[in-house]
Amino acid sequence: MHEMGIAMQVAEIATASIPDNMKDVRVEKVNLKVGRLAAVVPASLRFCFEIITKDTALSGAELHIEEIPVVARCRECDTEWTIAGPVFTCERCKSGSVEILSGQELNIESIEIADE
Amino acid sequence: MFYPVFPARMLYKRKIQFMAGPESDLLPQLILPDGVCNPVRNVCKPLPAVKTYGCQVAKNSERKIEMEIKVVRKVLDVNDTMAAQNRKMFAEKNIFVLNVMSSPGSGKTTILEKTLARAEIKSAVIVGDICTTNDADRLAGTGVPVVQVNTDEFGGDCHLAAHVIGNAAANLDLDAIDLLIVENVGNLVCPAEFDIGEDARVVVLSVTEGEDKPLKYPLMFRVCNAALLNKTDLLPYLDYDKEMAVRYIHQIQPEMPVFEVSAKTEEGFDPWLEWLRNCVRQKLVKQNAN
Repeated sequence: MHEMGIAMQVAEIATASIPDNMKDVRVEKVNLKVGRLAAVVPASLRFCFEIITKDTALSGAELHIEEIPVVARCRECDTEWTIAGPVFTCERCKSGSVEILSGQELNIESIEIADE
Repeated sequence: MFYPVFPARMLYKRKIQFMAGPESDLLPQLILPDGVCNPVRNVCKPLPAVKTYGCQVAKNSERKIEMEIKVVRKVLDVNDTMAAQNRKMFAEKNIFVLNVMSSPGSGKTTILEKTLARAEIKSAVIVGDICTTNDADRLAGTGVPVVQVNTDEFGGDCHLAAHVIGNAAANLDLDAIDLLIVENVGNLVCPAEFDIGEDARVVVLSVTEGEDKPLKYPLMFRVCNAALLNKTDLLPYLDYDKEMAVRYIHQIQPEMPVFEVSAKTEEGFDPWLEWLRNCVRQKLVKQNAN
């Protein structure tokens, strides 16, 4: 729902990451990691990113989104598993004492630039 | 929307591919097998190159340089930083901060009106809505200080962000209160994503909504510390399966306390108020111990 705000934040961080001595470069790709629990819709984020980067240093850059699955670990029996549906109890011992190891990420990993 | 700029932390990836014309003065700068970066000024300071690899000399003078710059930053870094500032400020002032979230119309404001009237805790409220000051007007009737935030000033946001809470709190006498309640924008999706520097989060669910709301909005129920199941006075008139709703909540957050209340009749309020008073008390004890 707030993908536009996120897209603006991504664009700002990506722009700030272009080294000072390479201001004329073309950014080809912005690599993001988005967890399945992060409440972000990739298609919507790409759409917003395309609009707000128009006529900027990031214009035409591909927003590459790697979706991260929700992985949990049971504190009781140490089982680790990938959560596919809305059930957060241990799939082995049914304990509710569960730690989420991944799936809430919303990180910008890197930018790829080309200087021609 | 207002976002302050923070310098990005970056590291160069070790492998850099590029094509450059002969005698290019860029060569010594860009061969960075062990390059380091100045993280504050974003200036690349390569160590002296000891080995040139991944380098191809193009026949013509055209040069093409491709590289990947590691950024590794949370997109919501700015919000998280501000939330940490808020948390520090509230800790210094010995204030317990409660973030109340729900879908629109679940009865947050009525619950808070009754809670403020009965809790006997020195409180203040920050209330977020996209438009209108209706909720603030109602809450002001309880006699506690209220700050209304209308998010349309910030782009019609679907949630309250940390900087908004920081600004709103500046309008309150923080020395005079022990509890700050933030009534978030009615929305079960976005507020779950944004840390505002609170100590605890509660989600309000009402029996006129579907029993399966927890399954449809799992993140919200994962991030909350307690749930209020409101409008229980309507249960005789509905086909609502209360046990199923509680079971679904526990499927998402197995250890979550669920308070069944009616904001209209105030039935079930005592355990909820006791939970709230305990939270405030524990924070005060913890702070005084420090």
